[in-house]
Amino acid sequence: MKTLKTYAILYLVFLYAPIFLLPLFAFNTSTIIAFPLTGFTTEWFTALLDITEMHSALFNSLKIAVTSAVLATIFGIFGAMASTRYHFPGQKGIMGFIMLPLVLPEIIVAVSLLVVILKLGLSTGSWSVIAGHTLICTPFAIAILNSAFAALDPSLEEAAYDLGETRASTFRRVTLPLVMPGIVSALLISFTISMDEFIIAFFLTGADPTLPVYLFSMLRFPKLLPAVMALGTILVVLSILLITIAEIFRRRGAKRAGLKDTGGFL
Amino acid sequence: MMTAGEKLRRFFRTDQGVGLLLVSPTALYALLLLAVPLIAIVVISFLTQTGVRDFAPGLSLVNYKEALSDPLYRELMLRSLMVSGSVTVVTVLLAFPIAYFVSFGVKPEQKSLWIFLITIPFWTSYLIRVFLWKVILGYNGVLNSGLKLVGIIDEPLTFILYNVNAVIITLAHAYAPFAILPIFVALEKIDRSYLEASRDLGESRTMTFLRVTLPLAAPGVVAAVLIVFIPTIGDYVTPKLVGGPGGTMIANMIQTQFLRLNNAPLGATLAVLAMLIVAVIAIVFLIVGYRAAGGGKKGGRG
Repeated sequence: MKTLKTYAILYLVFLYAPIFLLPLFAFNTSTIIAFPLTGFTTEWFTALLDITEMHSALFNSLKIAVTSAVLATIFGIFGAMASTRYHFPGQKGIMGFIMLPLVLPEIIVAVSLLVVILKLGLSTGSWSVIAGHTLICTPFAIAILNSAFAALDPSLEEAAYDLGETRASTFRRVTLPLVMPGIVSALLISFTISMDEFIIAFFLTGADPTLPVYLFSMLRFPKLLPAVMALGTILVVLSILLITIAEIFRRRGAKRAGLKDTGGFL
Repeated sequence: MMTAGEKLRRFFRTDQGVGLLLVSPTALYALLLLAVPLIAIVVISFLTQTGVRDFAPGLSLVNYKEALSDPLYRELMLRSLMVSGSVTVVTVLLAFPIAYFVSFGVKPEQKSLWIFLITIPFWTSYLIRVFLWKVILGYNGVLNSGLKLVGIIDEPLTFILYNVNAVIITLAHAYAPFAILPIFVALEKIDRSYLEASRDLGESRTMTFLRVTLPLAAPGVVAAVLIVFIPTIGDYVTPKLVGGPGGTMIANMIQTQFLRLNNAPLGATLAVLAMLIVAVIAIVFLIVGYRAAGGGKKGGRG
């Protein structure tokens, strides 16, 4: 086990290497992204304030991510509730198909949506990115919400029915509060996925780029790379923050249901 | 006699009916935005482009002939398969010991922390991570300058950037959690008393691992292989940023056909072919894996 532990720690170093290097270059005075480091500066962070195209890309991404996260979580609630509480004909096939984007390469989702949009004579834009992101976030939302609904004791809902509540009021007053941590976690994860997704946005974004699409175009200009490092540092810190909050909510949900926690979203 | 409408109304009050009704918004969304587009792309792969948005009437196999006979497309497809295959083997082999360590070597209350630590990098910007691999593997990169400083090498290593190796390293990094998690879940499910029984019956540690743990972990390994192999074939960013001219993959060509050459039918054909080949390999792998596992025999018996 001792050698295994050493290996595990080395593996974590491998996993975290890019993220650890990021702030080093973001605060480095040199415009060349390489060692040795030359000095400390916050210039690249202040430079971000002047790139107005980036601001509109950021705003666009936020709009898309919030909408996609809400839609994916709503679809996720329906899907997870149906698959955990009920048995219906064709259940395996239907659920399998809904979860398919989890393994399908994103480029396939992107090009197939693109051809349909063009064939219908529509033009791409934020709406089409939202449509694609909702599709790929829904399986993640379902995976998280499945465990929240599975942990829910059905006798609590039965008690509410017996006390005269309707299906709708039971859902609102009993089910929803109990699965709330799962819902928050699903929202945050979907938001994070959408904020970071590149390929679907690249194909479907039209004239207004999302933040990753804009970032990708920045990578071609060596002059802009230090600013990319600064932006990346901010994004990584925010992602880690969001994911940590999501994890806290997920665990709280598992604890509320009295489940043994095994960790992990997937 | 009940009318059809009444029957339907009754059905939607049964458990089955309510379940079907509940899943319908999500299923409908997947149908409209996934099933329909996937069918559309298959149809378009049989068309030929004549104008910006116009296709020639009638279906033909022209694109398939071109995609299969042109050496460029064939090379890209084979290279993509080779890269996906190598990434899968490397990722799963590197992941297994980690999953084993977290499942068997970590205190139960610390397991979720380890899993959380392993998944965090996955949630951070993919573009930025790939770009940093370029920085790490470059001619004056972190790895080369580090190795030079320690005195292991005199000249920078050049076989690690702008080629297939760089693509494999970067993808192995990106897909690590996808391989670790399913194996970890499978290992967690193993009833620890089987291992004790095996030891009590005189098997060595190694033999217990090979004859009890490994077969019981097989479903997790199979899941890990598929979940890494299938999406990596369609990766666009990694070959574009670190692959160089010799590391381009099929997704880059699909993008070129769609967005640059405005030849959607040929792009669609390449996408369909890539999916078809991956699906066939995945199915063959599943069948072989199933046979090897003794035709689905449950572990611990037989």
